[in-house]
Amino acid sequence: MAQDEILRCHELRKAFGDLVAVADVGFAIAAGETYGLLGPNGAGKTTTISMIAGILDRDGGEVLVCGRPHGPSSTWGKRRIGYVPQELALYPDLTARENLRFFARLHGLGRAEARRRIDEVLAVVGLTGRAEDAVKEFSGGMKRRLNLGVGLLHRPPLLILDEPTAGVDPQSRNAILESVAALAGEGTAILYTTHYMEEAERLCDRIGILDLGRIRAEGTRRELVALVGELDRITLTVEGPRVVPSLQALPEVRAATGHEGRVEVMVEDAGRALPRVLGAATDAGVTVRAVEVHEPNLESVFLHLTGKALRD
Amino acid sequence: MRATLLVMAKDLRQRVRDRSLFLLALVVPFGLAAVFSLVFRGIDAQAAPTIALADRDGGPVVTAFAEQALRPLERGGVIRLRPVAEEREAREAVERGEADAAYVVPPGFSDAVTEGRPATLQIIGDSGQGAYIARAVAESFAAEVRYVQVTLAVVDGGTFEGATLVPRPVAVEELGAERRQLSLAEGFAAGMAVFFLFFTVQFGFSSVLDERRDGTLARLLAAPVPRTAIALAKLLTGVVAGVAATAVLMSASALLLGARWGHPLGVGLLVVAGVLAASGVMALVATVARTAEQAGNLQSVVAVLCGVLGGVFVPVQQLGGAFAALSLLTPHRWFLQGLADLHGEHAPAVAPGPTLALLAFAAVTTGVALLRVGRMLRP
Repeated sequence: MAQDEILRCHELRKAFGDLVAVADVGFAIAAGETYGLLGPNGAGKTTTISMIAGILDRDGGEVLVCGRPHGPSSTWGKRRIGYVPQELALYPDLTARENLRFFARLHGLGRAEARRRIDEVLAVVGLTGRAEDAVKEFSGGMKRRLNLGVGLLHRPPLLILDEPTAGVDPQSRNAILESVAALAGEGTAILYTTHYMEEAERLCDRIGILDLGRIRAEGTRRELVALVGELDRITLTVEGPRVVPSLQALPEVRAATGHEGRVEVMVEDAGRALPRVLGAATDAGVTVRAVEVHEPNLESVFLHLTGKALRD
Repeated sequence: MRATLLVMAKDLRQRVRDRSLFLLALVVPFGLAAVFSLVFRGIDAQAAPTIALADRDGGPVVTAFAEQALRPLERGGVIRLRPVAEEREAREAVERGEADAAYVVPPGFSDAVTEGRPATLQIIGDSGQGAYIARAVAESFAAEVRYVQVTLAVVDGGTFEGATLVPRPVAVEELGAERRQLSLAEGFAAGMAVFFLFFTVQFGFSSVLDERRDGTLARLLAAPVPRTAIALAKLLTGVVAGVAATAVLMSASALLLGARWGHPLGVGLLVVAGVLAASGVMALVATVARTAEQAGNLQSVVAVLCGVLGGVFVPVQQLGGAFAALSLLTPHRWFLQGLADLHGEHAPAVAPGPTLALLAFAAVTTGVALLRVGRMLRP
């Protein structure tokens, strides 16, 4: 186990009758790392994280939290996990503060510590001014933020987020994503499930692509894209002499074509190649009017690996 | 235990917030008690049946019957005794509705009893509470007379006067438990108390299904608390609510109706045992259901069925043999039986039989429910 490894799961299996929901799923997450489980509805994401959170008994496999075996009866492990379920797991008749207090106390926080953490969490999720209001009076986005806040109360080293932005407005969604990024920055290991490709690309250091209960591929976004052999595309809008031969001479460039002032350059890593490409264009005496960068996304990776779109 | 108390406190707070506990534990019981008070105030006084006594014998046995059996019942408000001179007068009183039943003691009755010959005590009256009580008292007195006759035969040289000094084996007020009666208002209040008790406690265990429906069960299961603590909390929440609701209703009945429930210790034990039994039954039913709605429906059916069979709406004595036997399978019957046992001037401080029966119900149903709770505690 790596020194800062917070979660390791190995060959997780779960079946419901004849339906195999999860088969031989395994991955590890280090402190400060955000790991995304990306897959369409029904892929097995929630079943996987339910087993990791200790909510669901597993049929096979192993879960280690901070190096210790973890399961439904492991209170030690559960103290180190913050779980934010996909559904809003809040009591609507209670106020935001009462909801937070209940879960804080349930996670073993003393009265004084709970009070302090509740105030901190309310500030993090932007609900300080609504702390004494009943949750049933909240908007969907506010409920989502509070739902996230409950998972943060006991400062868990591992935070499990099951589609935390499902059905929220763009503003709340952005607030949630920023909070998650900040938590990762503070060293929290985050397991994040989503079927929103943009979220996975924005937040996750590594991504596991899950389909039909199995991990089809795993790695950084770039590694996944490389896995399917797709290249980044830089499109230049230019004025001046022909620049294509100069660009083709660059080692980073796999291919370059030009037509009526538009030059398309295929590279492995647009971020690294772009300065050289622009430099070569300038050296060739052309004026670059516009630059567009197109990186292959996880949608295309998913399509390539599973033969279907992510939102199927 | 800390986690159990936390979940209990949260559940009770929720019930207070959504007013369901307020309605079930306070409004409905108080409302019922008030209705009983209005409807049954005065009825009880009228309901004490009038029993006429035509004494054509005038002997010591009849005097003993009147003074030792009937007068104490009259003092206890169970009957009103109306002495009449002749059988004809007694019969007319019953026919005119001035008496609910009548005893006719034929001439020579005392002599026949003291000489060990067959003697007949006639009762006029067909059905109804008055005739039932008259028959029950007469049967009890007959049993006592037989005992005295045996005593006379055993005691060498004994006389009737001497034999009557022997302590009475059975007092009329201490009839067999199943024959002891609550007043009409007390009976209804007790019946409603146990009937609504089942609805009060039903939310306890089945709130696991509510939590699953609302998504909060997953979060509870992810918390560092044993699953048994969650199950126990749900069960105890129903028990606390049930005890509170029953205590309120019985206290209100005592204050508003003047109901006399018996010794507080015995009543308290019976209530707790009854609440545990009701919680167990409702918990067991909840484990059969897949959804909160299904559990609510099943629990309502069971509560009503048990209530009907258990004598909540119709006294068990009037149900007949098979139904009376079936009623023993309901906690309602034992709860009402226990209250009847504790009722009256010379009643015992506790009702061990019914209390133990209720505890047995609680142990069996709760035990099976806890064995099955694993299937409920899933997200």
